[in-house]
Amino acid sequence: MLSDPDLQKLIFGRFSLEDIPFHEPILQVTFAGVAVVGLAVLGVITYYRFWGPMWRDWITSVDHKKIGIMYIILAMVMLLRGFADALLMRAQQSMAFGENQGFLPPHHYDQIFSAHGVIMIFFVAMPFVTGMMNYVVPLQIGARDVAFPFLNNFSFWMTVSGAITIMISLFVGEFSRATWLAYPPLSGSDMSPGVGVDYYIWGLQVAGIGTTLSGINLIATIVKMRAPGMTMMKLPIFVWTSLCTNVLITAAFPILTAVLALLTLDRYVGTHFFTNDLGGNPMMYFNLIWIWGHPEVYILILPAFGIFSEVTSTFSGKRLFGYVSMVYATVVITILSYLVWLHHFFTMGSGASVNSFFGITTMIISIPTGAKIFNWLFTMFRGRIRFEVPMLWTISFMVTFTIGGMTGVLLAVPPADFVLHNSLFLIAHFHNVIIGGVLFGMFAGVNYWFPKAFGFKLDPFWGKVSFWFWTIGFYVAFMPLYVLGLMGVTRRAQHFDDPSLQIWFVLAAFGAVLIAVGIGAMIMQFTVSIRNREALRDTTGDPWGGRTLEWSTSSPPPDYNFAFTPRIHDLDAWSDMKQRGYERPREGFRAIHMPRNTGTGAVIAGLSVAFSFGMIWYIWWLAALTFVAMIAAAIFHTFNYNRDFDIPADTVVRTESERNSMLAAQA
Amino acid sequence: MSAAGQAEHQDHAHGHADHHGGGAHGSFKGYVTGFVLSVILTAIPFALVMGDVLGNVVWTTIIVLALAVVQIVVHMVYFLHMNTKSEGGWSILALIFTVTLVVITLTGSIWVMHHLNTNMMPMSPHDLLHHQP
Repeated sequence: MLSDPDLQKLIFGRFSLEDIPFHEPILQVTFAGVAVVGLAVLGVITYYRFWGPMWRDWITSVDHKKIGIMYIILAMVMLLRGFADALLMRAQQSMAFGENQGFLPPHHYDQIFSAHGVIMIFFVAMPFVTGMMNYVVPLQIGARDVAFPFLNNFSFWMTVSGAITIMISLFVGEFSRATWLAYPPLSGSDMSPGVGVDYYIWGLQVAGIGTTLSGINLIATIVKMRAPGMTMMKLPIFVWTSLCTNVLITAAFPILTAVLALLTLDRYVGTHFFTNDLGGNPMMYFNLIWIWGHPEVYILILPAFGIFSEVTSTFSGKRLFGYVSMVYATVVITILSYLVWLHHFFTMGSGASVNSFFGITTMIISIPTGAKIFNWLFTMFRGRIRFEVPMLWTISFMVTFTIGGMTGVLLAVPPADFVLHNSLFLIAHFHNVIIGGVLFGMFAGVNYWFPKAFGFKLDPFWGKVSFWFWTIGFYVAFMPLYVLGLMGVTRRAQHFDDPSLQIWFVLAAFGAVLIAVGIGAMIMQFTVSIRNREALRDTTGDPWGGRTLEWSTSSPPPDYNFAFTPRIHDLDAWSDMKQRGYERPREGFRAIHMPRNTGTGAVIAGLSVAFSFGMIWYIWWLAALTFVAMIAAAIFHTFNYNRDFDIPADTVVRTESERNSMLAAQA
Repeated sequence: MSAAGQAEHQDHAHGHADHHGGGAHGSFKGYVTGFVLSVILTAIPFALVMGDVLGNVVWTTIIVLALAVVQIVVHMVYFLHMNTKSEGGWSILALIFTVTLVVITLTGSIWVMHHLNTNMMPMSPHDLLHHQP
């Protein structure tokens, strides 16, 4: 670009025009697609003059409900990206046999499976879970927002920044080829000198800040802001699982941050924490990252367990069976999740005594999880079950997750693990629990709380179509991988020699196509529901006959959630209020004190993308400049004293009387 | 905010710094005590290392680490005003949880890596020298 190499290096770091992958047709088509869709979206926003409202009402919003919705939109968009990676891998593996090398060369295939894992865990599952907790927890505990509303906005935009950084790697440079956990020495600067691992590091570090802060925020919210009378043993079960998840986040994510920081030092300044020579030890990286990594899977699954509990009890028309045992099971899982990390590397060679300890703790952790399954079954037992879409997802979860759990216990036996380690059996196992557990849980949650968030139900027909395609597609896609894994086929292979295996990969690819139809049906479900929203309208605020506090407000809830903070007398507070003939207050409304929107979070997060880009490409002036700018923006924000306002009593009266007349029209 | 603070949520949607509760407040005496103690606890390890008082690396390390733990406790009590009752017991619960996890992480890692080190074949000439039976 410039004739003087020194000057070019000073300005552009190690970036040059060759780093833009013009020579990769797949990436070019993808880029063209992204550009066209992106321009179309920008055009629509401009045409409808939506920029102003979008900035004022959404981007700068500190409302936990809007932030929750934005988290879930982020998760769904990234799900499409992650699933596109999955389709590419399934297609490649179903054709690359013998002479046929498939359409993805190894260096591209390696990027795809690394990106798939990173995106699905960090930018699909995590935002989904955080979004659900953000939306539902304050409503379920009768609060008006989270404890630190600005911090919440900042956390969300940091997560988006991480996602953007990862997405940039698609078109500028390359992504990591060192798997989703970037194990050294492969991820060290000797084996991976390119920018891929640096994209991985900075994307995760920035998103990790957001995740940690939102964990702290939600703990403070649950501990401090419960409605009067809501003692810990009267908390809705979803709030309990959220509390445990956020405790896990706050305790585990700093470990990830520290490990990645050490890897960064190895790569940037030549330290030897995880190198093979000069006193470094790559095994320490495995050890440390799984001390974060195992709690991480419980971070994902616990809120899903909470959603299933709420859904089961609502759609069975019964109080949850064994509430207390459910709470204790959750707490026990929280503690035990820190005692099992070594089962991810039994084969590393720590020996029989270490392996048997961690094998046994792993088997023990399945006991509280099994107790939960029985609690849900007993909740359904003799209940008046309504097979609405959220309940369907829950039932499918119970079957699928039990199978995944059993293969998990199989893998927990160290001798068996020596056979199955790194095989497709493991891939089948963790997709079995993450899709069948986390993803099905989030889909149940979306179908369950959508009417609360938007004021109309989701179309049940397309919901059921999506449900059946996802469920059947999952089994068709992953059961063959169990078979292949038992035959010893390893994961992450770009090409196979044995043609007798091909039929199983073709089956798996067909399953992925079924899941694609399921995703299509889900998009269809949203489209149809938005079009038919008047027919699907929920005017009661309680479309399912719910039991917890969020169903006592209107759908969607007013900005302030509750005009009066409810007083709690029983578990399943709203069910209790309904039974005792609850009357809505008609007078005595007062002005409500609320936090004011601020753009600081989005600004700092935007700067962090530029900072990451500077660090990744060694553009030091950019990194330094944006780092200083971030600190300055944070300090500047502390001088912003205009951070709250009052919703006038008149507005509250108007909103509440509208709702009263709407309810009166029903009766 | 304390339990009493919950009622105030009728007016306040979010946490505020303008009304406190729960935690004990620091006094001038408390801060001075904390300051003096932390200075002493810093000076001793410094002197031990600089003056090589014990002439034994292992014991020096152990004493320095032990004083660091005491230092943490001093900070928590005198500067963060933590006690078993602050914040309705949540502080102490969080502390117990944190200590448990730190102990698990540290002892677990040392245990795992020690066994690994014993079982693995020596990798470099440097290791060979130190692993002669």
